[in-house]
Amino acid sequence: MSGATTPSRDARLGGTSLDAAIVRATQAGLPRVPRPYLAVAERIGVAESLVIERMRAMLETGAIRRIGAVPNHYRLGWVANGMSVWDVDDGRVDELGARVGALDGVTHCYRRPRRLPAWPYNLFAMVHGRTRAEVEAQVARIVALLGGAARAHEVLYSTRVLKKTGLRFS
Amino acid sequence: MSVATDERARPAAGPDARLADPVDRAVVNALHGGFPLCERPYAEVAQALGLTEDDLIARIDRLLADGTLTRFGPLFDAERMGGAFTLAAMSVPAPEFDRIAEIVNGFPEVAHNYARTHALNLWFVVATATRSGIDDAIARIEAATGLPVLSFPKEREYFVELRLPA
Repeated sequence: MSGATTPSRDARLGGTSLDAAIVRATQAGLPRVPRPYLAVAERIGVAESLVIERMRAMLETGAIRRIGAVPNHYRLGWVANGMSVWDVDDGRVDELGARVGALDGVTHCYRRPRRLPAWPYNLFAMVHGRTRAEVEAQVARIVALLGGAARAHEVLYSTRVLKKTGLRFS
Repeated sequence: MSVATDERARPAAGPDARLADPVDRAVVNALHGGFPLCERPYAEVAQALGLTEDDLIARIDRLLADGTLTRFGPLFDAERMGGAFTLAAMSVPAPEFDRIAEIVNGFPEVAHNYARTHALNLWFVVATATRSGIDDAIARIEAATGLPVLSFPKEREYFVELRLPA
């Protein structure tokens, strides 16, 4: 990785670019003051309009996924969460993964490597519900969607959150 | 501005699980994403919700302070920021579980750690500044715990949108 050639690469946290400075100044959150972008701009010594412009650019490139709130979903009653894992035909996993990811209640959906023989599953879909029965109903819909393309699946429920810290880079 | 009437994951359970205050609920749902990039973004959102700018800011402060919200601001795609991640799992014997979990939690590279119902009963996210840092961190976790770690790096992302209505 040399040279900052794209906006997203510009934002690399070790960097000295304006985008990197904006990331560092906002990764703990946006100031709760009437002009939050002005507060960020004053902290890093640039114009408010420039902060807004660069954040808009980072939003467009995907370096910023969204600007908003992250709720504690346990506090909102979403207490059942199951990591459903599926052994899906390699030739169909991308097509089917996109369809599983689009289902209601599926919040994350990824393809990951199998680790044979212990772990035959290559599709991970996180399913949330207010009860375990809701999660099970969602899993049944995924079973129906995947049909014969899934050879096996399991649902791993979380029983305890042992650590949860935001991702921070200095 | 993304609207508060998202139909995804519409809950079937009773109202007891929801935020008690309907205004708080509207605020949480309205702040999911699309916070405006303009000089007075809070004023803009507040107006759409029928609140004052001060009231909205005070509510966000309170929702952060009481733990309803864990964060408010831009959510970065950390991999594009130069970070690297993997989902990792270990099979920990039950009598050793708490001791091993504590060792794993002690690594600053471990961001999230969950107990799960499986022979692989400890699942955690490892985040490091560089790709090579992942292998190094996993080797150190294996050395510290004496247990093998399976790593499941993301190969493809189909959907990531943690949007659950309040």
